[in-house]
Amino acid sequence: MGNLRSVAKGFEAIGCEVCVSSRPQDLEQAERIVLPGDGAFATGIENLHRLGLIEPLRHHVIHEGKPFLGICLGMQLLARKSWEQGEWMGLGWIDAEVKPLDVRVQGLRVPHMGWNEVAPTASSVLLRDLPSRGFYFVHGYHVVCSNEAVVKGTCAYGVSIAAVVEVRNIFSTQFHPEKSQRAGMQLLRNFVNHQAEYAEDPNHPHLAAEKFGAR
Amino acid sequence: MLKTRIIPTLLLRNSVLVKSIRFQTYRPTGMPRQAARVYNAREVDEMVILDIEARLQARGPMLEVIADLAEECFMPLAVGGGIRTIEHIREVMKIGADKVVINTEAFERPLFISEAARMFGSQCVVVSIDAKRLGPARYEVYTHCGRRVTGTDPVTWAQRAETLGAGEILLTSIDSDGTMQGYDLELVRLVADAVKIPVIASGGAGRLSDFADAVWQGRASAVAAASIFQFTQVTPNSVKMAMRDAGIDVRL
Repeated sequence: MGNLRSVAKGFEAIGCEVCVSSRPQDLEQAERIVLPGDGAFATGIENLHRLGLIEPLRHHVIHEGKPFLGICLGMQLLARKSWEQGEWMGLGWIDAEVKPLDVRVQGLRVPHMGWNEVAPTASSVLLRDLPSRGFYFVHGYHVVCSNEAVVKGTCAYGVSIAAVVEVRNIFSTQFHPEKSQRAGMQLLRNFVNHQAEYAEDPNHPHLAAEKFGAR
Repeated sequence: MLKTRIIPTLLLRNSVLVKSIRFQTYRPTGMPRQAARVYNAREVDEMVILDIEARLQARGPMLEVIADLAEECFMPLAVGGGIRTIEHIREVMKIGADKVVINTEAFERPLFISEAARMFGSQCVVVSIDAKRLGPARYEVYTHCGRRVTGTDPVTWAQRAETLGAGEILLTSIDSDGTMQGYDLELVRLVADAVKIPVIASGGAGRLSDFADAVWQGRASAVAAASIFQFTQVTPNSVKMAMRDAGIDVRL
């Protein structure tokens, strides 16, 4: 789904070996996992189900602790629930809901499309050492987190949009780093260079997610 | 604050880039991949490539040319020309396009817009409208690379396209195309005021001040240009500096 070649090209440009795959077994060998995507939420989640990727992703990211990056729709799919054209269950890895970007009353156009500035928080891994703060956004829905502490970068567009969400080894961006030129490449580098150990622990977002009944 | 985008447009004709004047009189300007490399190095906000005669030649998009050019693009890329099916969209997205630009097929088969938006999301569906002036505040939509008159008013068509799921309108004035005499501000304003989705003004940019005019007077969300970047010393960056001086928020 979405523009896979662009994402692969972005990682190749910073020296990574990339395997573009929709097969669960390829996750075994991956050191890091990226879920890109744009398009409709329902199609995205249905594809993950149809390809049998939900449990393998959960295993590798939640239990094995492999660093994970969700981009755009790939970020939204991590939420518990989305209200895009109906009501859909997401992966539930972050305690959040995907809601329409309701800013038309303020005279703003939707989708939020183009370059906008991201204000980083000090603790963000992805937003370190950036040459500039402008990133490319294209979305009509946004992720509303219950716990604001996981939002590591925000973008003002009528409302404060969660532009970067980081929960342990789960990283995500609402914008497209692969389309954001030098700043985007630096963000991908930050993701790739980040080294940390994530053993299972009781505060794991997945366990927290189960408490509020996400699948 | 969302930045106003400055978008170089590449016109592809028989595998080479051309410049056009009023949708006629083509003149070759270079090769697609090289142009993409230059624009990427200049960190342009976005790029549009239109295979202008695909529809006239009754063929789909030139995938090899687009794939080759897309390798150089680390910025958003919109691809148009010959997009007639969901499969075409899938193919160009797969090789590096972020958006598709649909013109004739959208007009002839408006439900294609909805179908595309449902499959890929509105954000990747750009409906391109080519319009010619009939008189004061009166315009008419043309399809088939400006060859076929439709009798439809661009405002009505833009609103319909928005309702059907278009995420953006690329609005080109046929009269102004390639003339470098400025955007047709009345046309831009009429359409931009009539829809809630972003409108990209296209056709006519020739002076630095034209861009700010399209935003302040035309209320465009983004400005596209071709000739000015190919035949003058003006670069996307100098345009941005002029726009910034005119009080417009751009990415510098």
